[in-house]
Amino acid sequence: MTLNNFLILSAFLFCTGLYGTLARRNAVLVLMSIELMLNAVNLNLVAFSAFRENVTGQVFSLFIITIAAAEVGVGLAIVLLIYRNSRSVDLDQADQLKG
Amino acid sequence: MPFVLSTMVAQTVVFWIIAVAMVAAAIGVVRSQNVVHAALYLVVVLAGAAAQYILLVAEFVAWVQVLIYIGAIVILFLFGIMLTRAPMRPDGPLDNDQRFAAGVVSLFLFGVLTALLVDAYGDAPQIHPKASMVLKGSPTAIASSMFRNYLVPFEVVSMLLLAALVGAVVIARRD
Amino acid sequence: MLDNAWIIPAIPAVSFFLILFFGKRIPTKGAAIGITALGTSFVLSCVAVYQWIDRVESATGGKSSGLAAFGRSLVTHGAETKPVVEPVLHHVTWWSNAGIDFGVGIRMDGLAVMMLFVVTLISLLVHIYSTAYLHNDIRYTHYYAMLSLFSAAMLTLVVADNTLQLMVGWEGVGLCSFALIGHWWEEGANSKAALKAFMTTRTGDIGLLIGVSVLFWAARSFDIGKINAYSLSPRADHGMLLVAASCLMLAIIGKSGQFPLHTWLPDAMAGPTPVSALIHAATMVVAGVYLGARLYPVFWNGFSIGNGGVNFMVLIGGITIIIGALLAFVQDDIKKVLAYSTISQLGYMVMALGAGAWVAAVFHLFTHAFFKALLFLGAGSVSHSGSHHSFDMKKDMGGLRKFMPITFWTFIVGTLALAGIFPFAGFWSKDEILVTAGQSGYDFFLIVGLVGAFLTAAYMTRCVYLTFFGEYRGHGHPHESEPVITVPLIILAVFAVLAGFLNAAAFHIEKFATWVEPRVAFPELVHPAFDYPKAAISLSMAAIGIGVAAFFFFKREKMGKLNGLTERNKVAHAGYMFLVNKYYLDALYENVIVASIRGPIARGCYWVNQHVVDAVVNGAGKGAKATGQWTYDYLDRKVVDGAVNGTAEVTAESGGLLRYFQAGRVQRYALYMFAAVGLLALLLLIANI
Repeated sequence: MTLNNFLILSAFLFCTGLYGTLARRNAVLVLMSIELMLNAVNLNLVAFSAFRENVTGQVFSLFIITIAAAEVGVGLAIVLLIYRNSRSVDLDQADQLKG
Repeated sequence: MPFVLSTMVAQTVVFWIIAVAMVAAAIGVVRSQNVVHAALYLVVVLAGAAAQYILLVAEFVAWVQVLIYIGAIVILFLFGIMLTRAPMRPDGPLDNDQRFAAGVVSLFLFGVLTALLVDAYGDAPQIHPKASMVLKGSPTAIASSMFRNYLVPFEVVSMLLLAALVGAVVIARRD
Repeated sequence: MLDNAWIIPAIPAVSFFLILFFGKRIPTKGAAIGITALGTSFVLSCVAVYQWIDRVESATGGKSSGLAAFGRSLVTHGAETKPVVEPVLHHVTWWSNAGIDFGVGIRMDGLAVMMLFVVTLISLLVHIYSTAYLHNDIRYTHYYAMLSLFSAAMLTLVVADNTLQLMVGWEGVGLCSFALIGHWWEEGANSKAALKAFMTTRTGDIGLLIGVSVLFWAARSFDIGKINAYSLSPRADHGMLLVAASCLMLAIIGKSGQFPLHTWLPDAMAGPTPVSALIHAATMVVAGVYLGARLYPVFWNGFSIGNGGVNFMVLIGGITIIIGALLAFVQDDIKKVLAYSTISQLGYMVMALGAGAWVAAVFHLFTHAFFKALLFLGAGSVSHSGSHHSFDMKKDMGGLRKFMPITFWTFIVGTLALAGIFPFAGFWSKDEILVTAGQSGYDFFLIVGLVGAFLTAAYMTRCVYLTFFGEYRGHGHPHESEPVITVPLIILAVFAVLAGFLNAAAFHIEKFATWVEPRVAFPELVHPAFDYPKAAISLSMAAIGIGVAAFFFFKREKMGKLNGLTERNKVAHAGYMFLVNKYYLDALYENVIVASIRGPIARGCYWVNQHVVDAVVNGAGKGAKATGQWTYDYLDRKVVDGAVNGTAEVTAESGGLLRYFQAGRVQRYALYMFAAVGLLALLLLIANI
């Protein structure tokens, strides 16, 4: 296994997650795509940790997992609030900031 | 050498199988027209990631991944889906009108990143999972590193979790 | 008192203010204040005179006293050794700037103490005289106030140590002369005369101003001593001194009634007679001569007096002698006769200065003050008590010697002194002028002086005859005047007799010259000895003058054909009219010069003002307005507002364009962001490969 295998895989996952955040209408799906991106980053970190034989990368990936959990919790709370106020989680309809 | 070769080949094969599965599932997350299906595809991706961690001799991280991500976060997602689906309402198309532009941007970014990585790490040596790496990836090592070198970020993350907990409760409660 | 001589002008100045503020309330209506002040000043002046004489005597080895330490030095002048007596100088600097010093001070030397004595004595006598002459006058208090102010100004002029202070005094006496001539200004003629006097002397004052300035630029100082020293030093600029001397000569012409600015003096007789006695006989008009005497080295160098030959000063003086004397023949007003006589005598003084006879000129100033004041006050006495306040000799006087003996005899004394009859004062002073003129090379002017002596004797005899001899032609009840008037006359008569003996050259008395002639910064002058032949000639000229005139008047019936000549003969009549019209000089001044200025020149100036100056100003205004309008239209509206409005429009337009990016959808923003990130990454990639 070369390092590049893991890195290119993580790059693919990241770009896929990027496509999902940009292209999906449902707010929950956008949050899922963000989780994809975070996982890509995690994979990157752990790959480097194995490559350098340094445990720091794994420590940081643990932090990222923790933060991802917190972020999903708060994010879903917000989505619920949006749903309660406008009866829909369609992001195309959340354009009150339109100039 | 033959041992090494065989383990090398074995690990590479395993890697490729899991990689393909992850790729397909990832595409499924972003292209599925059913929200629940997308969540399930996400589970596949997360599991694949955990498997990759084990390949990289990071068992603790893999276990935490399964426990937290698949065990809690995905459940949260399913709850969110459940609570925000209007009953008896047909799901419209789940993609907005900028998916072509998004696709272009994503592909473009992927191309740039790949070019960069090939250029930077193209001739990097192979990763050899060694016995010493097991110790390095053990919970002992992680704990000693975290509580010695990264204690302050650890505490900060604890505060962050508390804030997120309180925030989520405040935001979501009915008043 | 020499050191504190500033008190002498200060006392009349204080009395001026006291009389002005309190005069009307006190019993004597201010006269007492004035008389006291002048009396005190006179006493102090006598002290100053005594101190100065003491100073000179102790330096020259005469009777010495405690002041022997001053000024003892021996300076060799040619064959004579003449001890130097420094004048007493005190100066208070008011302010000084860049080496120029402005201040007041006193310069006490023989000339100054002599003038102090003369001015304070005659002013005091005039003050006393005026209590009777102006009794119950409507402006009695103001009269005394102006008399005090005049005395203060004249005394300031006399003691001045710098030309600026002298100028202050000069202007002050001019102002007081104006005020006093126009004392009875209800009569239009009086106020006109006052204005004429002021304007004419003002014309001369231009010369004073320019002269003082030029002297400052030449000598770098206003101090009289420094100016005199400069004028005699080798580095003196002759050209500049010539200019300065000419300008100062203009001032002398104006103030001392020389030809051609003499026209104001006769008209000034419109003022009260004591004023005429004080100002226009004894003190103010001699201010010009005093200026010439004080700044003599300037004239000496500027006009090259020492070289003999005709110069501006002696010429003007000579002309003035003759024209003044001729005009005195055709006057009916006794005061006007005396006024022209004054002009003529001032001509003598100026001529003497111009001929290098400094001591003679100053001595004549000294004696003239006494006998001319005496004559004027006598005329005042005649008018007061003899001719019912009239001065017309032909109509209102005549035969007054029977009624006013004291006035008559003192008038005779004054006339003899004026005519220059031995041993009266005028003889000695006039004679010295003539002798010095003859010996310095100014022979022509010696003859002029002799002719003037003849004429003087003649017209004064005419005047005396018309006033005191013959039958009384007036309408009043003539009687002698009260003692307040006659006592000053007697005092002045005594001086008129005795004053001449101070410098009686025939008896080798030269006290006046010793005491008065400056020894510091003074050119070496000719001091001729008493010349018996010339004295005899001048005495005989005067006697012939008296004789001819007396014969003409007393023995009128024997004149036959000469009687009434001027009425029958056309040439004689033309000559007579020429004199009566005062050489048509007044007509020239008023109808030609003044009228042309008042008429065409003034109109021309007005035209220039309206059409040129105003056109420029209006044009500037219009131009400014047009520029403003153009600036507003183009710069302000189009450029500035265009820029401002254009900026706003661009901003609005671009805002309108950029609005399309604000879709309100977060994913749209994320798309833009990641597209940009991708591009940047590409750039980084390319840059680093």
